[in-house]
Amino acid sequence: MKDKNLNIEVHHVTRVEGHGNIYVNVKEGRIERCEWNISEAPRFFEAMVVGRYWNELHHITSRICGICSIGHTLASLKTTEEAMGIKVSEQDVKLRKLALHAENMQSHLLHLGFLVLPDLMGVGSVIPLASSNPEELKTVLRLHRLANEMSNMLCGRTTHPQRLIPGGFSKIPTMKELDTMRKRLREAVTDVQTVAELFNKLVGGFPDFTRETEFIALTKPDEYALYDGKLASTDTGTAPVAEYLTYANEYIVPNSTAKWSKHSRESYMVGALARFNINHEKLSPLAKKTAENFGLKAVCHNPFMNNIAQLVEVVHSIEDSIRLINELEADGLKSQPEYYKPDVKVKAGRGVGAVEVPRGILFHDYTYNDKGVCTKANCVIPTNQNHGNIQLDMNALLPKILGRPEKEIELKLEMLVRAYDPCISCSTHAVKVYFT
Amino acid sequence: MMKPKVAFFDFAGCEGDQLQVANLEEELLKLLDKVEVVSFREVMKEHSDNYDIAFIEGSCTRLQDEDRLKQIRKNAKIVVAIGSCATIGGINALRNYKDLDEVRRTVYGEHAKLFDTYAARPIDAVIPVDAYVHGCPIDREEFLNVVKSLLLGKKPEIPNYPVCVECKKNENVCAFERGQFCVGPVTRAGCNSCCVNEGTICWGCRGLIDNPNENAQKEVLIKYGLTVNDAINKFKLYFGWQEAKR
Repeated sequence: MKDKNLNIEVHHVTRVEGHGNIYVNVKEGRIERCEWNISEAPRFFEAMVVGRYWNELHHITSRICGICSIGHTLASLKTTEEAMGIKVSEQDVKLRKLALHAENMQSHLLHLGFLVLPDLMGVGSVIPLASSNPEELKTVLRLHRLANEMSNMLCGRTTHPQRLIPGGFSKIPTMKELDTMRKRLREAVTDVQTVAELFNKLVGGFPDFTRETEFIALTKPDEYALYDGKLASTDTGTAPVAEYLTYANEYIVPNSTAKWSKHSRESYMVGALARFNINHEKLSPLAKKTAENFGLKAVCHNPFMNNIAQLVEVVHSIEDSIRLINELEADGLKSQPEYYKPDVKVKAGRGVGAVEVPRGILFHDYTYNDKGVCTKANCVIPTNQNHGNIQLDMNALLPKILGRPEKEIELKLEMLVRAYDPCISCSTHAVKVYFT
Repeated sequence: MMKPKVAFFDFAGCEGDQLQVANLEEELLKLLDKVEVVSFREVMKEHSDNYDIAFIEGSCTRLQDEDRLKQIRKNAKIVVAIGSCATIGGINALRNYKDLDEVRRTVYGEHAKLFDTYAARPIDAVIPVDAYVHGCPIDREEFLNVVKSLLLGKKPEIPNYPVCVECKKNENVCAFERGQFCVGPVTRAGCNSCCVNEGTICWGCRGLIDNPNENAQKEVLIKYGLTVNDAINKFKLYFGWQEAKR
């Protein structure tokens, strides 16, 4: 090891959303530099929404992220609704939960199929898989399309949803549309099992690496929490969402301007693995079975297993969507007038909203004046909460794989970053890391 | 025949437009028979600077990104701006109305000076652009049509009439009649009035048409008892860069 010299510079890690870099320097076996670095152009959403009306904020903040725009829209709506005391009907909450499932499936499948699978198959992108594994790839695409069509049916379109508005929906699907979707979801169970079998053959490609950390997610007594719930930590138990600032403590790292988040330890992790670790007992039956097949057990401290937790969640979203559609049918889907606009009494106030989006817990926090104009906003993005954990994982993983060839070390570090499915352009708090 | 080489690049934006390309699903596989993708950071590890068509998403929001854009222009025969941030500055230009030092302080506090920024602008404010795919996000069909035109050596046709034309054809109830403010009367069509079809309003994401009929817009304001300030406020959402240029 004494003669090990490395100079790894992955400028703009590929197959992740946004711009991040990995820098590693090793001299005579000694690690001199090991960095996860963010170079995304900052976008200043929190400043842009100041001065805008309450009925525009969801439209603007949706644009924070193209991949999880439904999640951002819902977090934004819940925040505005809480600030003004706007009630949402039980039916609309169920429809919103379906929309979240659709996006969760879409995002996880895109990550697993397009971004992660190439690493496990030893290729640079999904493109060669079109000729080497056409059937498997078509199965992933079919599921991905189903998730997108489900978003279309509920939200108007897949990215930057139109129908989600403060107090409910401007337009809702018909029972016939929901019924057709339910049939397709039932058929999708076979497809998702095919994808699970494929990953089960390849799962040995993920490093057997663990580093104990804290996990944070929403939790609810009666369901696998995605749309709402209380804050939960594997270290400290539960707390109301209003206390989010004491959880997502953003802090400055010595010798760096990176804003990271910490709670009870140096860093924590959010996302599918955090949700699994905290809420696994509330997963649907087939999702539990899928986790078992992969040997995934709570509390799992291997960040690479976040990929598998995402797959487990896809299964859960399919089954839970069928359950929600059954409930909507049993309750009798109530129609609403065309171009529906819920009656809202504008008032001053502050609201905090949290939603579990594909990459983890997302917080929006707005203050409105009595005209319904936003005077202050804060958004805490999942990926920002994960940056600290990615860096500390990298510090722990590198010494363990230092004896391997340089190309392999580079690939393993990239795979670690990808396992978190980072969404860097979400960075309303875009951080630039200057290490000295 | 050699397949044209294409590359995708992103600047300040949400990457939702590149997602629309990925969302082409099976259509994407067909497209891959016709073109060779040589750079697409979001989905592939390989990268080459040898390409014919460059698709660019996102706005230019800092001086340091201009060099990268100029290099892309040098490498590519055809540059296509995709999505509102790239075609008109998009939602990013909303902050151009504010004191940018103040904006940086709001988000980054005492560390504000570490985050360079200037007025958010569309790609054609920095380099010449040959074709546009408007919208936030882009429409997948429109993207395919533009690509087909380019592959056939034709200039893609983009409507230069307002969203109202499509909205009327779709027999929507006018948003103004429903008591809402809509920027459809001055916004470029091509989206098939998709937001109004879904029960809401046109927000203006495809940008101003070349010659918006200001008198007609004023008549609408008077008819529905709205003020110029109502209009200016809504125009700020997507027209920031275009209005500043006018």
